[in-house]
Amino acid sequence: MELTHYVVLSCILFSVGAATVLLRRNAIIVFMGVELMLNATNLAFVTFGRMHGDLSGQVIAFFVMVVAAAEVVVGLAIIIAIFRARRSVSVDDVDLLKS
Amino acid sequence: MSPGEDVLFWVLAPLMVLVSFGLLVARKAVHVAICMVFVMIGFAVLYIALEAPFLGVVQIVVYTGAVMMLFLFVLMLVGVDASSSLVETIRGQRWIGVILALGLGVILSGVVVQTVFPPAVGLAEANSVTNPVGLARVLMSDYVLAMEVVGIVLITAAVSALVLTHKRRLTPARGQKEIADAKVAALPQGGRLTPLAAPGVYAQNNAMDTPALDPQGRPIAESVSRVLRIRGQQREATDVLLGEHGLVERTSTVAEPEGSAPDEEER
Repeated sequence: MELTHYVVLSCILFSVGAATVLLRRNAIIVFMGVELMLNATNLAFVTFGRMHGDLSGQVIAFFVMVVAAAEVVVGLAIIIAIFRARRSVSVDDVDLLKS
Repeated sequence: MSPGEDVLFWVLAPLMVLVSFGLLVARKAVHVAICMVFVMIGFAVLYIALEAPFLGVVQIVVYTGAVMMLFLFVLMLVGVDASSSLVETIRGQRWIGVILALGLGVILSGVVVQTVFPPAVGLAEANSVTNPVGLARVLMSDYVLAMEVVGIVLITAAVSALVLTHKRRLTPARGQKEIADAKVAALPQGGRLTPLAAPGVYAQNNAMDTPALDPQGRPIAESVSRVLRIRGQQREATDVLLGEHGLVERTSTVAEPEGSAPDEEER
């Protein structure tokens, strides 16, 4: 029973998420890239759990999901706070500390 | 791994990768969110195929159900048409990003492909008491402390979201009386007391995007919703009126043959 291709899929999706974080300018889309990376690692956890016949992988994936949900709530709240102050969701416009 | 699972994977995985590229190329944030929902449902199906039905269901409930809806709500608050600018602020950032991401993907996949994994054990034994019960036993024995901490994290996140999005009232509340007083005070500067006119009602057209006409027959621009005007989606009153005149002419030409029908009979 070979499960390598699941791990390869998770690697590909992780890199797509990383590319989204690097390339996109809209903070909300960048955030969705982070979510894609978290999901990809979850897939790897579940696959390795099945590979070793251990449920711990699924438990860790479950924790990742919970923490990701909390992270989304806080992150979106920050994005809304920035949008209220600066009328923009572009990550380039948050440069008050630069000048 | 049964052949059915193979087919499921090889149908779903290319689709997921293809749709995930939508995150990179889609112009509108809403389209990105829809791509994300598809990929997450794909993840849920793969979890169920990987003998993790509980996680599959949680994935759909938590991610596609809650998280993505939260994203869509924020998109709605921020403005759906707020598309990001495509001007590069750091020179060559796009190519550096693409190269870094490609390199990351190649290195990760290369390492995984070259590794020889032991033959997979499968979860048939661990799932013998059904998957949720098995998960609960692990969760409540080995990971009790982590679960308590996660509970604290969740409460902190909820409170912090409330605090971060809370807007303190800096000015006194504007009630009905204050608004009326302000309207009267603005009269000398060209303010108006009456409510805004409703959009135009015509014989052929009474949509939201056509302006009403004032007693002199001039279109009232303010009668069209502000949002439509900003988007440039309002229709000119002249077009509608021309259509109306065309309608009048057509009805008169239709009416004529009826009037001349007796003549035709006489012929």
